[in-house]
Formats: sequence, structure tokens, C-alpha cells
Amino acid sequence: MKRALIVLAIAATFAVTTFAEDVHIVYWQYFYQSKVDTIDLLIKQFEAKNPGITVEQVTFPYESYNQKLAAAIPAGEGPELVNLYYGWLPLYVKAGYLAELPKDSFGSEYFKKTYYNFVEQSAQFDGKYYAAPTAVRTLALIWNKNLFKQAGLDPNTPPKTLEELQSYAKKLSKYDNQGNLVQAGLAMQPNGQGHCWIREVLFRQFGATPYSANNMKVTYASPEGVSAFKWYTDLIVKDKVGYPNFGTDDVTAFVAQKVAMNIDGSFRIGTLNAVKGLDWGAAELPTYKGVKGNFASYWTHGIVAGTSGKKLDASVKFLKFITSPEAQELWLKNVGELPATPALSAAHKDDPYVSVFLKGLASAHATAYVDEAGQRKILVDAVDQVSLSKKDPGDVLKDAASKEQKLIDDFWK
Amino acid sequence: MTLSKKRALTAYGFLALPLLYFVAVRFAPMLYLTVMSATNWGLFNKKIKFVGIDNFAKIFADPVFLKSFGNTAIYTLVGTPAVIVLGLVFALELDKIRKYQAGFRLIYALPYITPVVAVSWVWRWMFQQPPFGVIDALLVSLGIPAQGFLNDPREALFCVVAVNVWVELGYCVIIFLAGIQTVPPQLVEAARIDGASERKITRRIILPLLRPITLFLVVMEAIQFLRIFTQVYNMSYQAQGGPLDSTKSAALFIYEKAFTNFDMGTAAAASLVLFAVIMVVTLLQLKFFDKKMDY
Amino acid sequence: MNNSKSVFAGAKTRRLVSGITAYLVLGILAVVMVFPFLWMLLSSLKDATQIASLAFLPTNPTLANYAIIFTSKHSQFGRWFMNSAVAAVWTTASVAFFDSIVGYTLAKFNFPGKRIVFLVIVSTLMIPTEMLVIPWYAMSRAFKWVNSYWGISFPGLVSAFGVFLMRQFMMTVPDDFIDAARIDGMGEFRIFATVILPLVTSALATLAIFNFIGNWNAFLWPLIVSSKPAMFTLPVGLANFSSESGSDWQLIMTGATVSMAPLIAVFLAFQKQIIKGIAMTGLKG
Repeated sequence: MKRALIVLAIAATFAVTTFAEDVHIVYWQYFYQSKVDTIDLLIKQFEAKNPGITVEQVTFPYESYNQKLAAAIPAGEGPELVNLYYGWLPLYVKAGYLAELPKDSFGSEYFKKTYYNFVEQSAQFDGKYYAAPTAVRTLALIWNKNLFKQAGLDPNTPPKTLEELQSYAKKLSKYDNQGNLVQAGLAMQPNGQGHCWIREVLFRQFGATPYSANNMKVTYASPEGVSAFKWYTDLIVKDKVGYPNFGTDDVTAFVAQKVAMNIDGSFRIGTLNAVKGLDWGAAELPTYKGVKGNFASYWTHGIVAGTSGKKLDASVKFLKFITSPEAQELWLKNVGELPATPALSAAHKDDPYVSVFLKGLASAHATAYVDEAGQRKILVDAVDQVSLSKKDPGDVLKDAASKEQKLIDDFWK
Repeated sequence: MTLSKKRALTAYGFLALPLLYFVAVRFAPMLYLTVMSATNWGLFNKKIKFVGIDNFAKIFADPVFLKSFGNTAIYTLVGTPAVIVLGLVFALELDKIRKYQAGFRLIYALPYITPVVAVSWVWRWMFQQPPFGVIDALLVSLGIPAQGFLNDPREALFCVVAVNVWVELGYCVIIFLAGIQTVPPQLVEAARIDGASERKITRRIILPLLRPITLFLVVMEAIQFLRIFTQVYNMSYQAQGGPLDSTKSAALFIYEKAFTNFDMGTAAAASLVLFAVIMVVTLLQLKFFDKKMDY
Repeated sequence: MNNSKSVFAGAKTRRLVSGITAYLVLGILAVVMVFPFLWMLLSSLKDATQIASLAFLPTNPTLANYAIIFTSKHSQFGRWFMNSAVAAVWTTASVAFFDSIVGYTLAKFNFPGKRIVFLVIVSTLMIPTEMLVIPWYAMSRAFKWVNSYWGISFPGLVSAFGVFLMRQFMMTVPDDFIDAARIDGMGEFRIFATVILPLVTSALATLAIFNFIGNWNAFLWPLIVSSKPAMFTLPVGLANFSSESGSDWQLIMTGATVSMAPLIAVFLAFQKQIIKGIAMTGLKG
């Protein structure tokens, strides 16, 4: 049986190599409808312009994406092109799974000229570049205008400060006669964008510095950091305006109009605009004592190490195409993420949605992750320990900081 | 060549391929795993080196490992007695009736044959909190406070146990019922003539005769619960065995170590620990098989 | 079957009361067993706006969800169905053949080392799949078995439990049959295939059905060995699809219904054999 299969496989390979001279490359990304659709569209355009090259897109659910990728690449089962979160780059580069981008088409000058500063810095390792993005993203406060109206609030005036955010959230929360939350004032989803909001925005707004200047030390467990963290967890424990995984997750609940406000990324514009009957708005993140803050991040495309010959040429060509100004514009239109080239972004500063996210960039920080999934889980668990296990926020945050410190130390060891 | 030699050769001929298979697909991998548990083998490591018992030291100092193996103990110690007792109770009830017995048996077997992945997602949907979940809606309508279920670290593990009991119950009921029906009717009749109550008949005659079957089921179910993976993977948020690792089982811990952290050496060490635990339970099973083979 | 027991039973009323309680208890359990399936089916007929409402019956039942999951580019239920079928059928055929021939050899042949062979095979029962997935995965990578039917099915081609079960049954076959065939000058393999196998068809059918169900529902190993959606089995595809659907519970319930339907059909078709088989694993196993 197995032998028959081998024979068949050999025959099939033979047939493919004899009859088709096309170069076939594979691109992997996690499943997010608007992104997947946009890449499909870009593939069509690319194939039309480049006869002889075919591109296949393969997707996986977000939670298993990183593991499928890391399992497949060393096995030689991986794709030629991968979509990676910038926070995963260190692990992949350190393990040698990404190819250095060719200097002639993606050199240092190109990166400096084309991309935002924080992108150029985080895609570069020892002077070499390993990945190029199409778009960048920041956070904003999004709110449901219908639910504002129902609660007697002005649907066009979102909260501007954290104090206002808290009082609005209370007004917008609804409970059944047992006291169960049936409409959340504010989504509390640390494993969505929540942990970034805490990490890079709330900590800083309350006066803490999350990491040391060289990013080697975790420094958020200061008294200021604890008060920021406590402010967040009090919304769950004391004010009961939301809790993690309410209605499956924040986006689901927002789409189902069971959540009035959420802190979410620009990539959600496309998704939310596609929902029928949802009247929503986006505003800059609330300030605290006059301090603004935001979190910037991006997904980026890399070429897998070991790609060579015609496949490498085709991959570079495709990478160039999906990071081109045209692709960046298309991405903004369909997905909602900001163009990774500053000049292209600036052209959209009058768009009501785009401008909000664009303004966020000015005060944004990007975390220098070493292990994004691991670092995320530490903060997610910290929030759960306060909200579900009723532990003291101060103790929990100190514990989280020492766990994260260990993760960082282990990585650089 | 003598006839017996010829027969022996035939026997070896018949056995050759399967034996080779067991060596290649069971014993050799097992050996490989044991060797690898003493290395820093990982997908992100290019050079493999020996680290002795470091991996074991590492996992026994890892609170998540301890938590997941502790959870596995709770799964087994709660789930096994629950499914055995319920299985026996329902089998005894089922034995009492004459009409629709086959129909009931059929319905009870349904969860057992359906894919665990599918039923896990169905239960996850039913376990949602207000305003989405059907079970909480039922509780609220009865005036009982809504529960956190899979969102509450104190309840989540028991929700997973309940679902697995639901899956395995039909299997136990059918086996117990078949056992009850092999009890010689004369024994029961004689006891009835002597004026024994139904309860007494159950306790003194039926239960002792069911002992071998009960033991068999205890061992089978204990192994089921010790190996629990699919339910936990599909019923927890992002397959992480949460909230706060409260549902993470030993098998899921191993899977995460190996295929999320790519720390194969540590995963191999943890597998060997799980193996030791399962072996103790399975040795009981073999002992029981041996006894049965005698008659 | 139970008539003889009840003839001598005590007072009629007591019997009646206990009978009614029995039906009541059994009925409640039946509801608990069936309700999740019913809720799944009803949820699959609701659209996105009704899914969060807890109305028992969908107000406008729709089959649109089924159309979505069969036509969406990102689910391949047909393909996954075929993968599961290929892997399960192939594995089951292999198990049925090898387990019965090994069981027969161990039951009916005398040869040096017989006890050791038996112990070696039975001892593999102690090695749980969960721990072997790691070396199997290393093997599959080394030999390029990842994303192939061979990769999905190689761990289950011979089952130690099946060997044990078949040996028990083969022992009940009278030696006379074999001796008579040998005197007729039949070859050993022909004796096995044409004389012995027909005598143990019911045991073989039990083994086959259980193996089929077990393989069809297998999750951990197929999850690891398939990294391409086109090579997913139905359970892996369903888990994947459900995660990707996020909040679209109506689609998840539709996917669950679709992946259960073939098994429920098999179950109803072979119900007697399956129930008998389950009982048999307890009594004979």
C-alpha cells in the first residue's frame, strides 16, 4: 500500500515537473477575514502582472498559527513567505529560520526611507533586515453609538479621559435581576489588545516605565505601575463593567452589540464597517492627567530561510508587490491598517477613522518583545488572578514582572 | 524438516511484519524518547547536547507542570468514580424495565460514538455565560444564580469532567447491563423465594458478580481520564487549558511544551512521567487480564 | 430476557412504582444525553441575529449556514471528510488483517518464544499515544511523512488491544477445523483466510467498527502531523474551523452537525453490532 503510494507520489511529482514550468510559491498567514481577502486580491493582481508565477495563500487560526509555522519551517514543510507578528521576529531570526532580505531591493536606505522609525528598528538585527510590512496599527477607543443613545449619552461625544471612560462604562453596563452582566460598558479583554493597552499605555500614563531603556529589565512593578494595573482590574472587580471573555471575546461581543466600548486596533475598521446595523465611532485613547499614550505594532512578511533560485526571485518580487504603495493603499481601504510608509499615511489625515489611529502614532510605543505569546500570557494571567482568584493586584503584578524578567533573561542567555 | 518445525516457521512468518511494526513504531520511539529526555532537543536549537536529568529537575520546579499533573489527578479521581457509579445505577434501572430497553441503550451510546471535538464545542456553547449560554439561562429561570462554568477557575475543570462523564456514561451502562444480564436467573429467583428484598439481591448477588467487570471499567476509565486532551484543547479559550491553567491536563502540558514552546527535551521528560503514572494503572489492568484468562 | 426474574417478583404495586421510577430516571438521562445534539441542530438552523437569543426553536429556520460552510473558501468539509474516510478505512483494514492473523498465530500455533511474543505485544498497551507523538513526529519529519495519509495512519496499523481480543476469540475455534483442513492439504495462509476468518466474523466486525470509530474521531496525532488544511481530518478541520469562526456559533454548530452526521448514520446502521461490541469488550476483553 505504502509502496503504491510512493510510486504514485513520484509519478505525480514527475507529472508536475514535466508539464508545468511555473514557479509556485506559498504564503502563510493567520486567519483574519479582511486580511485574507485582501491578500487574495493582491495575489490575483500579482499573477496577472507576472505570468509564470503562481502564489498560494494558506491560513491557520490565530492560536495555532505560530506553532504550525515553527513546526513546519525546520521540517522543510514550510512556505516560502510568512506573515509574522513583529514580536515574534527575535525568536525566528535567532533560530535562523528567516532569510536576510536581499540588500539590493530591501537595503538599509530603503527601510529608512520607506518605513516608520519603529518599524525600521524592530525589523533590523545586527544591521540585517529580515521582514518588511505593508501596514502598521495603533489603538483607539471604539464605541457603539446606539448603545450610547440608549443610555442617554451623546452618541458623538466619547470619553476623553480615563475618569470619563470609567463613569461612561458604568452608565453603559446593564445587569439582569440576578446582577449578571448582560451588557458590558467596556470590554475587558487582556488577551486581545488589552495587554498592550496596559503594558504600553496605562503604565506610562500613571507614571511607570514598563521596561528599561535597553529593554533588558522589566520595570512596571513600581507603585505607579501597580496603581495603573489596579485601575484596570477595578473596572472588572469593583465597577463590574466587563470581564475577560464576556460573550466569547471583545470583538464578538462588540459586533453582537453587547459591549458599548472597546480598546481595539485599526485593523478592525474593515471588520466593523462590514457589520450591518452597527453604528460605531473611533476616538483617540483617553488621556490621564493630560498624558496621551498609544501602542504601535505591525504584522510583517518574511522570506523563509532556504528559499532559493527561482522561488527566491519570485518571493522577493511578491514581497515587493505586497509592500508597494498601491498595496498599502488597498490594505488601508480593505483592512483599515495604516500604511507603513509615513507619507502615504499622512495623505489620509482627514479621514475620520484613519485620522484617529494616525494621531495615536505620535504618542505610541512598540514593545520590544522577545516572546510575544509568553509575555502576553503573563499579563493575561495576572488580570485573571485578580479578577478570578481575588488576589492583591500589587502582589500579582510583582509576580508577573519577575516571571517576565525570567523570560527575557532566558532568551538572551 | 519436522512438522512442528514447519509450523513454527509458518508462525514466525505470520508474526514477522507485525512484530517488526511494534518494534519500529512502539519500542524504538519509546527508546528514542527516553534518550531525548536527557537532551536539550528543541526545534529552535540547532545543536543538541546532553543535559542529564536537568529536564526532570526543570519540570518538577515548574508550577505549571505540577498544576497540570495535579489537575490530571483530579480529573481521574473525580471522573472515574462518577462515571462508574452513575453507569452502574443507570444499568440497574435499565435492567428493571422491559419495554424500550434497547431504545434507551441506543440513546445513551450516542455521545460515545460521536467525535469528541464536536461535542466539546457544543458543550462550550451551552456553557457560555449570560446572555448567551443555554444552561445559565435555565438556571436563571429557576432562580438559581448564573455560574461562571468554563470561565471560572474553580468550576471549569468540573465542567470538563462532566462532559467526559457524559461521553463515557453510555459505554459503562451498556457493559454493566450486559454483565447484569449474565447473572444466572436461578440465583436471583432463589433469593426472591427466600424473601430477600430487591436491594439485598442487588447488593449481595448482583454486585459481587459484577466485580470483574467493574474492575475492568475502573481501569479503562481511569486511563481515559489520565490521558484527557481533546476536551481540554477544544473547551478552553485559545486551547490553553485556562482560565489560569485550571483545566490544563498532563497531556496538554506535554503538547504545549513540544509544539508551542518547541522544547522537545522537556516535553519528553514530562511524557516519561506521565508514562510512569499510566503504567502503574495499566499494570493493574494486565493483572486483571491475567486473572480472567485463567477461566 | 428478564421474564424469569419478574415472574417471581414481589407485590405488584411495588413493582409498578419501581417501574415508573425507572422510566422516569431513564427518561431524564435520555433527555440529558440527547439535548446537546438537539441544541446543536437547532442552533445550526438559526441565523446570526437569532443565535444569541435563547428561543428554543429558530424563528426562521434556515439552511444558509450549511451553504456557507460548504462553499466558503476557508472550510473544506468535503475534503476533510474524505481524508478521515481514507485514513479510517485504510487503518481499519490493516488492523483487521494483521490483528486476526497475529491473534490466530498466538492462539493456535506452538513455537518457541510464543509467550515472549505475546508479552511484547501486550506490553505495548502500556505505552500511551500521548507520549509517542513526540518521537513519531520526529520520525515523520525525518522520513517526510508529514501531511500524508501514511503519516496520519501509520501509528494505528496494528492494534495490540485487537490482537488480544482476536486471540481470545481464536482460542474458542475448535482445533478440529484446522486439522481437517491440513489433512485436505490446504496451505496455512489459505486455512487462515478461508476456514478461520469466516468463523470469527462477528469478533472481526466488532474490532473493525471500533477501530473505525476510534480512527475517525482521533484528534491529537492528526492535529500534529497535518499542517496543511488540505490534509486535515474532520476533527482537526472542525477544531480549526471553529477557532477561525470565532463568534459565529451558528457556523460552529453547523460544522459540528456535519461532522457528526456520518457517524450517527454508521451508528444507526450497525447499532446492534456496536452495542453488542461494546458489551463484548467488557465481557471478553
